Amino acid sequence: MSTVSAERLARIFVEVADTMVDEFDLIEFLQMLADRTAGLLDGSTVGLMLADPKGRLRFMAASDETTGLLELFQSQGSDGPCLDAFRTGEPVVNADLRIATSRWPRFAPVAASIGFRSVHAFPLRLRQEVIGSMGVFGTETGDIGGTDVQIVQALADVAAIGLLQHRTISRSEALTEQLQGALNSRIVIEQAKGAVAQAHDITIDAAFTRLRAYARSNNRRLSDVAHLAVTDLGSLQGLAGF
Amino acid sequence: MRSRFGVVVSRMDDGRAAEPDHDFARPVSLPPPDGLAGLLHQLCTDTAQALSACGVGMSVMTADGVHGFAAASDPATARIEELQFTFGEGPCIDAFAYSRPVLMPNLDASAANRWPVYTPAVTDAGVRAVFAFPLQVGAARLGVLDVFRDRPGSLSRAELGQALASAERAVTALLDGQERTIDGTDGLDGAFDRSAALFQAQGMVMVQLGVSLAEALVRIRAHAYATGRPLHIVTADIVSRRLRLDQHSADGSS
Repeated sequence: MSTVSAERLARIFVEVADTMVDEFDLIEFLQMLADRTAGLLDGSTVGLMLADPKGRLRFMAASDETTGLLELFQSQGSDGPCLDAFRTGEPVVNADLRIATSRWPRFAPVAASIGFRSVHAFPLRLRQEVIGSMGVFGTETGDIGGTDVQIVQALADVAAIGLLQHRTISRSEALTEQLQGALNSRIVIEQAKGAVAQAHDITIDAAFTRLRAYARSNNRRLSDVAHLAVTDLGSLQGLAGF
Repeated sequence: MRSRFGVVVSRMDDGRAAEPDHDFARPVSLPPPDGLAGLLHQLCTDTAQALSACGVGMSVMTADGVHGFAAASDPATARIEELQFTFGEGPCIDAFAYSRPVLMPNLDASAANRWPVYTPAVTDAGVRAVFAFPLQVGAARLGVLDVFRDRPGSLSRAELGQALASAERAVTALLDGQERTIDGTDGLDGAFDRSAALFQAQGMVMVQLGVSLAEALVRIRAHAYATGRPLHIVTADIVSRRLRLDQHSADGSS
């Protein structure tokens, strides 16, 4: 990451801090955070998990959500670096997957089979409150140095501040409402993958790629496009061409 | 007319705010307490107790304005539950429309601003806080579960978790209908198995059968129940294309 310009980094921080917008969409925000962080750490996959009211980590967004990776993120509800970072409020850095099986009996073998060699996780925290964590998975061991760790944790901290601002400035229920809405949007995205895969006779992963490309090209939220894919597929003009 | 869920539904007014109707003497007839209706009634009663609420109500709704009474912890709450449809506004209607909970721990000026006719009416009925939870699985929206309290104050984190759990149980009960609710020991998973594959299968079946998403959910669960196979196995078969629900035999051949 040392080759990233200060200007680019500054732009990313401003983008991550900008949460007090009228039509704030939690999934879009977390998607952006995952994409930007992955962009800073070449060759890494970044996933974001938030805790539901029962304290369980739930997958929200990732820089890459092909099927195998999706299962990997979801498996972190039971063990894994993201769960550790969430519970302790401390980053997990440069964990070598080859020796992590006893630490993460469910997560480690799955991650290793996908080809990851190192994992890191950063808590999304503000003071004493940890609301989730960001997982960074790489194909090389020990590929995040000290300065980079500080930068990624700072990004996570800014994101957490932004999310929790909604709670203190508006209503304390705002974050709960948004989180539940986002969890439901995640379900809609999965339903949309299935619907498009069936309708266009393509794989689930190809269907997601198509939906995402359509959303970006038409400057629309992925959640909105997914909802239409399930309720009114015909209205997504030209979706098959993406 | 009866919806697929076996509850009586009526079409909502065209959306204009009606004159406030304070004639609460008109009785609301509740369905007999057995089967699905009994289960939903019990769910409302249990939830009210767990959340120290003066009442919990449940309504089934569709995107085009059809709504029906599903259950309530008591007759007074059933009347309060109806208010949102009488006036065509309220936190409950918003929760359904925006697919997210609407949590109003205090029916203050901001509530009156958002729902100018509903707020005074529900306040007159003694309500000081409303927490509305949509009953949904992704884009399949079934209705809403409403928690009413006679004093202002937020739901604690534990209470919030309980309310969400009640909403999930209500969704499962509505999807499974009368047959499997009486003893609830059929071994079928709740509708909220977290795996992405389940929701992907729902989208696939919706297109396969050319039905609504809610109907697809019902058909997948019915198939699992009828064949005695675990839901996650049926789901895996659908996603891997070993099983299509629009073909008659279980092995996928036509």
